[in-house]
Amino acid sequence: MKLTDMTAVELAAAIREKKTTAVAAAQAVLDVMEEKEKRLNCYVTLDREGTLERAQEIQKKIDSGKIDSPLAGVPVALKDNLCTRGMRTTCASRILGNFVPPYSAEAVVRLETAGAVIVGKTNMDEFAMGSTTETSAYGPTKNPWNEAHVPGGSSGGSAAAVAAGECFLALGSDTGGSIRQPASFCGVVGMKPTYGTVSRYGLIAYGSSLDQIGPLCRDVTDCAAALEIIASYDDKDSTSAERKDIRFREALADDVKGMRIGIPRDYFREGLSPDVKKRVLEAAQLLAQKGAVVEEFDLRLVEYAIPAYYTIAAAEASSNLERFDGIKYGYQAQDAQGLHDMYRKTRSQGFGPEVKRRIMLGSFVLSSGYYDAYYLKALRVKALIKKAFDDAFAKYDVILAPVAPTTAPELGKSLQEPIKMYLGDIYTISVNLAGLPAISVPCGFDSLGLPVGLQLIGDGFAEKKLLRAAFSYEQARGPFKKCGEAQ
Amino acid sequence: MERQYETVIGLEVHVELATKTKIFCGCSTAFGGEPNTHTCPVCTGMPGTLPVLNKQVLEHAVSVGLATNCEITRYCKFDRKNYFYPDNPQNYQISQLYLPICRNGYVEIETEEGRKKVGIHEIHMEEDAGKLIHDEWEDCTLIDYNRSGVPLIEIVSEPDMRSAQEVIAYLEKLRLLIQYLGASDCKLQEGSMRADVNLSVRESGSGKLGIRTEMKNLNSFKAITRAIAGERQRQIDLLEAGEQVVQETRRWDDAKGCSYAMRSKEDAQDYRYFPDPDLPPVRISEKWLAKKKAALPEFRSQKILRYEEEYGIPAYDIDMITGSKHLADIFEETVALCGEPKKVSNWIMGETMRLLKEQGKDPEDIIFSPAHLAELIAMTDAKEINGTVAKEVFAAMFDQNVDPRRYVEEKGLKTVSDTGALQKTVKEVIAANPRSVADYHGGKEKAIGFLVGQTMKAMKGKADPALVNQMLREMLQP
Repeated sequence: MKLTDMTAVELAAAIREKKTTAVAAAQAVLDVMEEKEKRLNCYVTLDREGTLERAQEIQKKIDSGKIDSPLAGVPVALKDNLCTRGMRTTCASRILGNFVPPYSAEAVVRLETAGAVIVGKTNMDEFAMGSTTETSAYGPTKNPWNEAHVPGGSSGGSAAAVAAGECFLALGSDTGGSIRQPASFCGVVGMKPTYGTVSRYGLIAYGSSLDQIGPLCRDVTDCAAALEIIASYDDKDSTSAERKDIRFREALADDVKGMRIGIPRDYFREGLSPDVKKRVLEAAQLLAQKGAVVEEFDLRLVEYAIPAYYTIAAAEASSNLERFDGIKYGYQAQDAQGLHDMYRKTRSQGFGPEVKRRIMLGSFVLSSGYYDAYYLKALRVKALIKKAFDDAFAKYDVILAPVAPTTAPELGKSLQEPIKMYLGDIYTISVNLAGLPAISVPCGFDSLGLPVGLQLIGDGFAEKKLLRAAFSYEQARGPFKKCGEAQ
Repeated sequence: MERQYETVIGLEVHVELATKTKIFCGCSTAFGGEPNTHTCPVCTGMPGTLPVLNKQVLEHAVSVGLATNCEITRYCKFDRKNYFYPDNPQNYQISQLYLPICRNGYVEIETEEGRKKVGIHEIHMEEDAGKLIHDEWEDCTLIDYNRSGVPLIEIVSEPDMRSAQEVIAYLEKLRLLIQYLGASDCKLQEGSMRADVNLSVRESGSGKLGIRTEMKNLNSFKAITRAIAGERQRQIDLLEAGEQVVQETRRWDDAKGCSYAMRSKEDAQDYRYFPDPDLPPVRISEKWLAKKKAALPEFRSQKILRYEEEYGIPAYDIDMITGSKHLADIFEETVALCGEPKKVSNWIMGETMRLLKEQGKDPEDIIFSPAHLAELIAMTDAKEINGTVAKEVFAAMFDQNVDPRRYVEEKGLKTVSDTGALQKTVKEVIAANPRSVADYHGGKEKAIGFLVGQTMKAMKGKADPALVNQMLREMLQP
């Protein structure tokens, strides 16, 4: 098998068995980058020399038996909102264009300790605000399946890099679907864990109460292995959860017999493209054939999720992004007269239009006189949505749904109609509002040959059940066509 | 007829808590480090960092709440107060608006007018900001984040005070309570206790509150008293002239003895408060709270009663000693070591108070250890040193906490116990002062004092004056 056709877990096993080396794997990834990166623009920052050096170091540790992990020696990419000590971290924004963090995010430290070889920082929507990776200050990323289309977002660079073979595995972050949607658009597996499972320490915050780091991978097995490594209780993150059982690979059993799977009717109404609907319902059928009990139900409140989400996320973002003021780090406007002019110019020049739009929206909903009407009401909606899911999970083990209403849109089409773009998040954001785990697994193609994703949603802290369902589906589906392979 | 005005005052008091580390990170709170040395990614607002509450801050805040008869909020939250200013690295301060940790308390104060209760509206926890230093030479502003994230509580009173005396009594009471709790040293000059005065005036008898102003930059009780008098008069003058008081924040200039407006209500910022999503709500269990209640220290009023019963020292001494937690601690520990409450009290009321006053210090600044004071008392009791020497030794202890025994030995201050040597000196003094001897024999009792003095001088102070007196009388017996 070609090195780059392997999954991350297969590659690590091959390295362990001395069939190949971490350096060879890193070189293989660098070769793919050489071929594709100029066109795809998956990365904001690449470190070719550093990658090979790190691969050598890791190989030494593997040889001397110092590392024993399911991902040792695997080339991994990181979304550019994860702080990396000594490696530029921009959030795809001009305002952090020169920012080199003095510390690494907890999830990054855990990956490195497990022997992952960090290859670079992937492109994203600026500050994770967007669904297409087009709001990046460093140019859009292209979808490896069809370069006229977007890879989705905001973790578009991570999804495209995994799909294109520019890394074996990547980390992303998911505030309203930012891992699952690009995974779906790029034909890879993407998972958002239960809020609190992965430490947010070192993740540059967008919407703190919704943000969660997760993996983008070639298959469900890689996903379980990666999650096992990055999940941890961290006393540096007060919202971190103490979980007893995080050995997620144990859940990878091909067995859904008797598993109760609910399909929310509300997710299959107007707005959903027929191609996507067809593929997703086929997936449901496959699971039913394997013995799962699949039935439709009413989830309720679906239409309130988008306004609630954009209110809460924007409110938190407006405050989270205040620290970018040109004083301590990052971009500083040079032509300013005095403090307030410096603030104004730095932030006017440093932030892109989508970020400014959300800062303004967030500042508005928090302002005196509007706080109760917007922010507090949104929090109440959030609680009701959580309640609706609780009710659903009293009946079902897993909820099955589309990830997005359509497949990847063409480049340049989405930003002209931000409201329409926001509506594209309809099937993913409720999961963040309720803090639940969810996974996107490729389930076919549309008529243009673009990948479609199947979303499986689990109850809070029920990742194992979720992974079992996803793994079983993957087994039933069979190998997914690789990007670049002939139809 | 001239109108009478009543002053209505409420206070916002910030107290810096005595924790070793900051409120949301592990950095030291120690004073005086080089700029930006007590900092980390969290307290300098680096992207991606998160706050973690220091539990000690919560414990201190709750204990202050309990000591001021507050209701303790069982489910409290932190909120972000958003405003752009460089001293605040995140451009928001983590504070508490919606669910502060303590509410609806009071303290009892006593003034010449009698006793009264001053209501406490709330107490909340928050973080301090960094310090801006303007460099005139380079014409730039530098920021030191060492204070950024130092824990504070803000104690907001009800507008229950009517005079500067009541304000001072209230602040003294708070300071003592907090010092007794060990929650802060509460030094106004050093800024570990800061008071902002909200003041309005109204015609006596009126039930309606007037428009208030908030006065900042008050660094001493004296400044507070002066600022209250000044602001009261300024507002009355406005009203008498038929003008309106403007609701605004004013800054007191103590050197000039006047205040000026900083910002009015119209340009008040919208802080866009909202619950900090990085900090989960704090839930306080009944069990934990009961433990905190049980662990409250003995407060002044209880101490006074116990001192009266246990130590038998004068009421005035008790009042002075219990007026400072530090002083009371020194007193009790010394008594525990030497078992001589009266003598310990004498050292505190006499030499200690004299030296504090002379050097312009507070009781909190005392550095000598109870063990050393007990030792000094023991040495005096054993007549190893005389009273004059003891005072000299004490002064050294007061300045540098020297070990009295070692100090006496090193300086050779020990009373000469060799009676032969003393007798010889006494004889020499008698021989050298025939005039005084004659006076003594002539019935002038005072002359003996002079002879004792001469002998002490010849002995370089290292004799027991009582013994010298006795020896002289014996030798001068006709």
